[in-house]
Amino acid sequence: MSLLANISMEFLVATGIGWVTACGVYLMLRSRSFPVVLGLTLLGYAVNIFIFVMGRLWSGAPPILGQGAVQADPLPQALVLTAIVIGFATTGFVIELALRSRAESGTDHVDGREPGERPEGGA
Amino acid sequence: MNLLATVVLLPLLAGTAACALIGRGNTPARRLLTALAAGGVTLAALALLLRMAPAVFAGEVPAAGFEWLPQLGLNIGWRLDGLALMFGLLITGIGALIVLYAHHYLGSEDPAGKFYALLMLFMAAMLGVVLSDNLLMLVVFWELTSVSSFLLVGYWGHRADARAGARMALAVTGGGGLIMLAGFVLLGQIAGSYELTEILQHRERIVADPLYPLVLALVLTGCFTKSAQLPFHFWLPEAMAAPTPVSAYLHSATMVKAGIFLMLRLYPVLGGTALFEQVVTGFGLATVTFAAWVALFRHDLKGLLAYSTVSHLGFITVLIGLDAPMAKVAAVFHILNHATFKAALFMSAGIVDHACHSRDLRRLGGLYGWMPWTATFALTAAAAMGGLPPLNGFLSKEMYFAEALAGADRLSWIVPAVALLAAVSSMAYSLRFAHDTFFNGPTRDLPADAHPHDPPAGMLAPVALLALLCVAVGLFPESTYGPLVRLAADAALGGPPPEFHLALWHGVNAPLAMSAVAVLAGFALYAGLMKGGALHRYLPRAWSGKAAFGCAIDRLFAFAGRVTAATENGSLQRSLLIMVAFAVLLAAAPFWQAEALPTAGDRALMPATSLALALWALLLITATVIAATHHQRFRALVLVGIVGLITALTFVGLSAPDLALTQLSVEVVSTVLMLMGLALLPQHTPRESTALRRGRDALLALVAGGGVAGLTWLMLTRNHDSISWFFLERSLTEGGGNNVVNVILVDFRGYDTFGEITVLGIAGLGALALLDGFRTRRPAADADGRAWAFEQQPLLLRVAARVVLPLALLASAYIYWRGHNMPGGGFIAGLMTSVALVMQYMALGQARAESLLHGAAGRRFTRWIGTGLGIAGLTGIGAFWFGRPFLTSAHGHPALPVVGELPLASAAAFDLGVYITVVGATLLTLSVLGAASKEDHA
Repeated sequence: MSLLANISMEFLVATGIGWVTACGVYLMLRSRSFPVVLGLTLLGYAVNIFIFVMGRLWSGAPPILGQGAVQADPLPQALVLTAIVIGFATTGFVIELALRSRAESGTDHVDGREPGERPEGGA
Repeated sequence: MNLLATVVLLPLLAGTAACALIGRGNTPARRLLTALAAGGVTLAALALLLRMAPAVFAGEVPAAGFEWLPQLGLNIGWRLDGLALMFGLLITGIGALIVLYAHHYLGSEDPAGKFYALLMLFMAAMLGVVLSDNLLMLVVFWELTSVSSFLLVGYWGHRADARAGARMALAVTGGGGLIMLAGFVLLGQIAGSYELTEILQHRERIVADPLYPLVLALVLTGCFTKSAQLPFHFWLPEAMAAPTPVSAYLHSATMVKAGIFLMLRLYPVLGGTALFEQVVTGFGLATVTFAAWVALFRHDLKGLLAYSTVSHLGFITVLIGLDAPMAKVAAVFHILNHATFKAALFMSAGIVDHACHSRDLRRLGGLYGWMPWTATFALTAAAAMGGLPPLNGFLSKEMYFAEALAGADRLSWIVPAVALLAAVSSMAYSLRFAHDTFFNGPTRDLPADAHPHDPPAGMLAPVALLALLCVAVGLFPESTYGPLVRLAADAALGGPPPEFHLALWHGVNAPLAMSAVAVLAGFALYAGLMKGGALHRYLPRAWSGKAAFGCAIDRLFAFAGRVTAATENGSLQRSLLIMVAFAVLLAAAPFWQAEALPTAGDRALMPATSLALALWALLLITATVIAATHHQRFRALVLVGIVGLITALTFVGLSAPDLALTQLSVEVVSTVLMLMGLALLPQHTPRESTALRRGRDALLALVAGGGVAGLTWLMLTRNHDSISWFFLERSLTEGGGNNVVNVILVDFRGYDTFGEITVLGIAGLGALALLDGFRTRRPAADADGRAWAFEQQPLLLRVAARVVLPLALLASAYIYWRGHNMPGGGFIAGLMTSVALVMQYMALGQARAESLLHGAAGRRFTRWIGTGLGIAGLTGIGAFWFGRPFLTSAHGHPALPVVGELPLASAAAFDLGVYITVVGATLLTLSVLGAASKEDHA
């Protein structure tokens, strides 16, 4: 178990964020609206954790006064709290945009047309 | 309020508001009242200026103002010297005549309120330009004249020529104003101030500065575009699509003189150098000759006058350029004279147009017999324009000749020669205006509804007054315009002008001889061109400044189109790819320049627990499976939920209980939302990307992910110096709470939170706007045959939901209340309530839950959002009562009278607003989606 002992939480967090970011970016670059929404959601998780850990990692030290000698950095937490809620609202908006777009264009392709179709009114 | 500011603010606020309000109905009575209001305001401004005039004549310079943004040199400052007074009287005096004339000119279907309100706006802008002491404020008013002139020229917005003319005028004069602003900024930096009073005292420093030529070029570009000097003259003839009162006001007396005004205004600092003389005189000479010649060939009455105006503006520009004090006297004198006769001529042209429904000189003719009074006054003004004695135009022309002759010694013999040539053309086109309109009859095929007649007295009176003024000034210049000319020349020169005496008769001298030659040659030129009606058959060439402008605009649009087509081909995938790639490059750039790659820091690391390691492995596997098999949408969605749960557990493990609670509740609503969306979308994603494309995307994704991971690693292994400890120290003493995250949200950074819940509300409203009235068929089951909704809501679930709801509401209330000291608060409580209500939707069905909540397909939830934002906003405003800035928490200032329970109340009320907004926005987003989907039972 010497290998395990050498692994730090910092390493796990960094690689975890990186991997979720990579999967999110890959999905974001897909051509249909639903995977793009999923990709944005994954990217949202990664970004939120990224901002949160900029206050460094703290164990058992919630930023609540009178519960211990040490408190975690509260500022990134406050920033991320609102970011989570706004992230939800934008996810909702994007998925409703995707529905509307599909109803208007008849396809869930992100460009509003099936591949191979000519763009409308293009120059 | 001081008098100077009132002069500008009166038309700007009172004038525009009164005219717009009174003129809302277009009845005859209201039209009259509107005109009276406009006239009253104009006369009031004129009276204010006259009241201050004695002080200016006594040598004072009334000034007023206050500091606004002194760091930027942006101050409100007014200043009334001789030059400003002269222009102010010109603007308000001619303005009053225009108001009277326009009342009779406008047709019964033309909205009078719009016209007079815009006229007042323009007048205020002009007064602002001439009365400003601060150069930056001057630019604001300068651009306001461009904008209001755009609106006035485009007054008849249904006519294509009016729209095109208005656009062109705005593009040229507004663009020129922006270039001028650049010049002013340089000028202000050299002089160390933007106040004219200050700048006017730093001539040596400014002229000696290496940037002086650039400043001069930029400022003169602004002046030349406004005053229609070659090569920017072409907008003025196109602006003739404006109603004639507008042309008479803007394009003869005021706006086109703004450039002239500014050249005179800055003459004491910018002028008097060889460069200034050569450039300004050069452009002026080119303009005066070219435009006078072109004017002769215009068949449109107003077109002829427009080119004549361009020519006369060139005339004044030459005089400003010539480096002699008397030239400035002549320039100022001609500004007044030109305004007098040209306004009269434009108004006569409008009368002719009104009566004959045509302005085409080829069709008009012999009108003297039909409209003798109009003809008499118009002929007088035309004679002044041509420079015939004993009229005012003759006097300033004589002075011009004298200065041009004097300039020949310094510059070249070309100056007087060109001046003479221009005077010949000027005589010829004045003659054409008079002869082709009022004589040279009979009329040639006028429109059928033409009935030439003299207009009502109110329309004729302004013309008559101005024509009589032409005669009076010609005969008695010293007792009419004399004092004003002396005063304005003093200001333009920055010191008293040389002794002079304005008079009709100066004896037989060279200027008189030049005048005689000009008159005779002008007659001969016109007679020669008109022989056998040849002039009427002349067709203008296709090439013109207008065509060049149109061509330039077309090129610009084509170029913009090409750039757009090259960068944006309508593919979101490509745009996103470029965006991500650019972000990666941007983040990598600093490392590129670094000498060595950074290494991990020396912060003591936290050993990984086996639980963390297991979660980490689960995370990697889940994310990989999502990316690899996202075509199975339902499964991918469930797996995304797992990633969300791991995120929440990360928050738990890393000392962020508030975030964990938030993430958990968001996860519930967000998954429900995505499921509802998925029900209306295809269940599978087709495999359509090529292997190459997938590989490319994967590569970019790996680079981006690797970069983020590396960056995180570098940051996490270093200790940080945070400003957060400030919040930790003060949370209890100043925010009155133990939960620092919540105190930051509702107290320290309350303004941010207010902004964020506003965004939340807007996102909800955006969803409503997107799907309002939108209906789509939802299949009953997904591809694998799983039903999307219960056939009959299960009894157990309904009962459970009923039991859970009050409990959940109670729990949210508790979470909300304890938020200031324990994990919780408005955001989390709001999400918990939402989860409980969403459960009702699931258990009872959309329709039943809606009717219980009075949701009205989500629309009612907008009220929740409004209420929440209202409470939060009012809490913030409440701080004003205690003389504190917006959103100051009452607790932070224990010196206030009502201490005790109040401190907690203020932040808690704000948090209540947060709570209600969150519930409203969440339910709105879900509810519109639910309302949009109708089950397909077919």
